[in-house]
Amino acid sequence: MAIFIDKQTRIIVQGFTGKIGSFHAQEMIDYGSNVVGGITPGKGGQTHLGRPVFNTVKEAVEQAGAEASIVFVPPAYAADSIMEAAEAGIKYCVSITDGIPTQDMMKVKIFLSKFPKEKRMVLTGPNCAGTISPGKSMLGIMPGHIYIPGNVGIVGRSGTLGYEAADQMKALGIGVSTSVGIGGDPINGSSHRDILEKFEQDPETKVVVMIGEIGGPQEVEAGIFAKEHMSKPVVAYIAGLTAPKGRRMGHAGAIISSVGESAAEKVEMLKELGVIIAPTPAAMGETVAKVLATL
Amino acid sequence: MDIHEYQAKQLLADYGVKIADGGLAYSPEDAVQRAREIGGHVWVVKAQIHSGARGKAGGIKICKTHDEVSDAAESLLGKKLVTHQTGPAGKQCLRLYVEAGTDIAKELYFSLLIDRAQERIVMVGSAQGGMEIEELAENNPDAIKKIYIEPAVGLQDFQAREMAFALGLNADLIPQAVKLIQGCYRAMRELDANMVEINPLVITGHDELIALDAKMGFDDNALFRRQKISELRDKSQEDPREMAAADRGLSYVGLDGDIGCMINGAGLAMATMDMIKLAGGEPANFLDVGGGASAERTEKAFRMVLADKNVKAMLVNIFAGINRCDWIAEGVVHAVKKIDMQVPLIVRLSGTNVEEGRKIIEESGLPIITADTLAEAAEKAVAARNQVVAGRYQPPASRDTVTSL
Repeated sequence: MAIFIDKQTRIIVQGFTGKIGSFHAQEMIDYGSNVVGGITPGKGGQTHLGRPVFNTVKEAVEQAGAEASIVFVPPAYAADSIMEAAEAGIKYCVSITDGIPTQDMMKVKIFLSKFPKEKRMVLTGPNCAGTISPGKSMLGIMPGHIYIPGNVGIVGRSGTLGYEAADQMKALGIGVSTSVGIGGDPINGSSHRDILEKFEQDPETKVVVMIGEIGGPQEVEAGIFAKEHMSKPVVAYIAGLTAPKGRRMGHAGAIISSVGESAAEKVEMLKELGVIIAPTPAAMGETVAKVLATL
Repeated sequence: MDIHEYQAKQLLADYGVKIADGGLAYSPEDAVQRAREIGGHVWVVKAQIHSGARGKAGGIKICKTHDEVSDAAESLLGKKLVTHQTGPAGKQCLRLYVEAGTDIAKELYFSLLIDRAQERIVMVGSAQGGMEIEELAENNPDAIKKIYIEPAVGLQDFQAREMAFALGLNADLIPQAVKLIQGCYRAMRELDANMVEINPLVITGHDELIALDAKMGFDDNALFRRQKISELRDKSQEDPREMAAADRGLSYVGLDGDIGCMINGAGLAMATMDMIKLAGGEPANFLDVGGGASAERTEKAFRMVLADKNVKAMLVNIFAGINRCDWIAEGVVHAVKKIDMQVPLIVRLSGTNVEEGRKIIEESGLPIITADTLAEAAEKAVAARNQVVAGRYQPPASRDTVTSL
């Protein structure tokens, strides 16, 4: 199995019958993901896209054996949906929703931390493109066709920049084991470091590409983890060289508010930690190719 | 979202934080009237702009007569104040806050922030107030006390006391300090603020603890449930282009360069700007058009980018995931036909239906420069910009370009 999902993983869609949820659920089904149903409170018992609709996540777990979920619920209700999934016994949850209040995410993180580690749901996102293990399963909103199966893991805060990396790699014939979007918000379900840890343990992954950006401390934390605990090479690119201090660059979390949060500073620190830096965003693919050639 | 000092003080006063008597003024007459209402012999006239370091920029004036209050108001209203936080353009002062002069015995620093690494609220304090915390962190990091707050149970009194002692307060000031700290914390939680900063927090000659300045920032993602906070928005303090973009559902940040950008996705936008810089250019803006870039949205985005008169070339870089390149291409063609473009346009499409998208651009007969890769797009944009600057720009006719028919 890839790090979070494989062909058999039973997936439910939270916010199933809404416009966005329906569109992406169909895309995931077409890709071959094992979507076993969805949640829309009050519409339980109906059928949507040929799959059952449940009122609660608990019902979906009990009746359809749901293991993973993807959240398309609007920002005001998304934290509630994530906590519902965790409580119901979902093992892996991707939150696509953009715009969840920071304090709601603080609450979600505390809620998750109360579960013993072996029973704790892993959350990635919010404000991300999701996770894909090419050829196996897609739990996200990415264009599945730009990823070919392979042994490079991708973790990134940005959706389209992650696509750019996968596309550059595909052009060079390099495939992806799993690509994980951790999202552009200030508080993420999982950090770069958390995902690096998964990739280190994953027999299908040989090299990891970490796509970071300005704001927050997490790329450097991941770099420290890579230096101390990883045998696999990590290639990184940090976006936002031209971003001025104190200005939010689209993502809620992409803002330089203190020392060490600029792209240049992060690159310097990562270099010192032995992370291989892609010199430009156009060179992510070729940098990975060079690293793969040395293995 | 940022708010003014006077607004932050009013909000915090509702949570039990002590502030000096004060009132808002829009004219010198107003200001004198406020001074009369407040009474006393010393007043402080404070420019209300969304920035710290106003004192250094001449935005805070101490006055001893009503005439001085009037003169201070006269000199500040309408003036653009430049601080290191506003950038060189500065921010215009349209409101004043007139406050009773405070007899300051000691200045302290206190703030509440969201710590992204710890994923919780952190309380930051220092017995050395008045200067900016960044400055203090650099020069004297040991003088800063940090206490993390467990989100599930909230700020406890013992933590507030620990902070109060770290601020060097006497035992008889501790109850006041606990009340003030708890008030700030409750305001932060209940109003979805992402920062509350009181700098300086002062001990007066009468042993009172007063918020002499106050700054609050709010989580934009939470404004939907904080109607009263949303109403405090002062559009005069924000970049008009960014406001206009936000009203259209676009995310725009104006910069100093001259290559305009329209990109989908914040990360790809930043990376494209990096690529422009690495190719020897400077981006004029950050603009994320988001996922569903319809023809109307694309046109709006074009107008937004081109409204900046510095723009000498425009680069469109779209990686179609949810949307499709052919839709984007139609939107671009539609926009270019409607807008009289005076500068070269470079378009790079990638992702879903890329071939169809490129075909639409080529068959449009418009003078659009196309590029296949990110590097090529940035290089062509910089080259086109250099042509314009050198006065050699005319509709290009190289091999990969379609000239106007």
